Amino acid sequence: MGADENNNTENLKSLPLEDLHKAANARFGGFAGWSMPITYPLGVMKEHLHTRELAGLFDISHMQLFDVSGAGAAALLSRACPLDAASLPVGQSKYTFFLDEKAGILDDLIVTRLGEDRFMVVANAGNAAADEAHLRAVAKGYDCRIDALDRVFLAIQGPEAADVLHTAGLAGTELPFMNGFEPRPGWFMSRSGYTGEDGFEIGLPEADARELVTTLLADERVEWVGLAARDSLRLEAGLCLHGHDITPEIDPVDAGLTWAIPKPVREKAGFIGAKALLDKITKGPTRKRVGLKPDSRQPVRSDSILVDINGNAVGVVTSGGFGPSAGFPVAMGYIGKDFAPIGSHVFAEVRGNRIALHVHSLPFTPHRYHKG
Amino acid sequence: MASTYFTEDHEWVRVEDGVATVGITDHAQDQLGDLVFVQLPEIGQSLSKGDPAVVVESVKAASDVYAPVDGEVTEVNEAAATDPALVNSSATGDGWLWKMKLSDTNQLAGLLDEAGYNAIIG
Repeated sequence: MGADENNNTENLKSLPLEDLHKAANARFGGFAGWSMPITYPLGVMKEHLHTRELAGLFDISHMQLFDVSGAGAAALLSRACPLDAASLPVGQSKYTFFLDEKAGILDDLIVTRLGEDRFMVVANAGNAAADEAHLRAVAKGYDCRIDALDRVFLAIQGPEAADVLHTAGLAGTELPFMNGFEPRPGWFMSRSGYTGEDGFEIGLPEADARELVTTLLADERVEWVGLAARDSLRLEAGLCLHGHDITPEIDPVDAGLTWAIPKPVREKAGFIGAKALLDKITKGPTRKRVGLKPDSRQPVRSDSILVDINGNAVGVVTSGGFGPSAGFPVAMGYIGKDFAPIGSHVFAEVRGNRIALHVHSLPFTPHRYHKG
Repeated sequence: MASTYFTEDHEWVRVEDGVATVGITDHAQDQLGDLVFVQLPEIGQSLSKGDPAVVVESVKAASDVYAPVDGEVTEVNEAAATDPALVNSSATGDGWLWKMKLSDTNQLAGLLDEAGYNAIIG
């Protein structure tokens, strides 16, 4: 038997709570330079379904929190991101990006306004170092400071997540989705996530995290959920994984993410990549990000080439796997405009075979966010 | 009397009357995690040792299962294709994958016994 996956775990960074994952008998694998719990004994399928049914607990400490503060903080973020940080209400979170001059997506981020002159930026693990260098370079000339925070970062996701936190005595369960605050010194909590479910992400010091994890796991509705289920959950929810579905070679227009860039921000055009982005909006997308559903039970994987019935290349799969809640294989990819309408029929080339697929609406499973 | 052999590629091979039943080991199914798709060979297909015979796909990844010896496929386990979770729950029993008529029983001497396989997986 030969597996495609490389589970080399040498030279990887360890999570601060690694001992807890080991005690929970997690299986580890490498991701974005970190040794991460991939699955627990429950297994990816049950971990996924448990999250949609009750509440999954995820250790996402590989992600990086940046505290951006100072009189120039809003102006810096409005330059670095296609965002009007100054008009963001305190407590509000916003999905946004770092773009390059060509409007390529360097990373996708969540920015939360914590106060008049303070913001929290949550960045992806694989891009954390590059993001920090980029932000510091852009910050020259702005009156602000950037602190990369040393925190444990936990996510609790699922329909019972709010009640679990409430039962545990935590403040903040009344927050609407995409809002955040600092419940205690050194803590950051937002109602957000990467599963399509209601849920929270909590950054906190390690000692506090150990206490919180113990409390949460004592609630029988809570199970540890690993990175494998995190990936299948976000894929069913139609959410992008940077490095796969969005990259510096892809702009927000092709990615179908211009909803994240408000009209006044486009008109003001003060952010890096504005000219290229506005040109692209005028011209329209060259390709589109779509959902893909294989006709059979066989999953298609990222990097598979999409062809039409005559074998002409028309696109590429950027994420693919099985959707435990959907009950069928699910995938996401980019495809030429002619094939983008829902129901279009294409094929993925997998090991010399052609697998028939149809373009499917995103998400595969409906979002159940708490809109307040 | 049946004899069971193993391969370094985490397959088991149970031989009875010149016919080998092949599956993946319990260790293999545990490493792969929840299986969602099994693609079986064709009955009558000739396989040479090392040929990819079956594709098993977990939620995360695809893996090949190789022919451990030369031979002709005589039977496939449709139950495993219909319900891939059967391979997880009973990798060495009801979750077998295919049967093949051996071309050369001498090849069996090159396979591992259970102790040899257990030494590999530690």
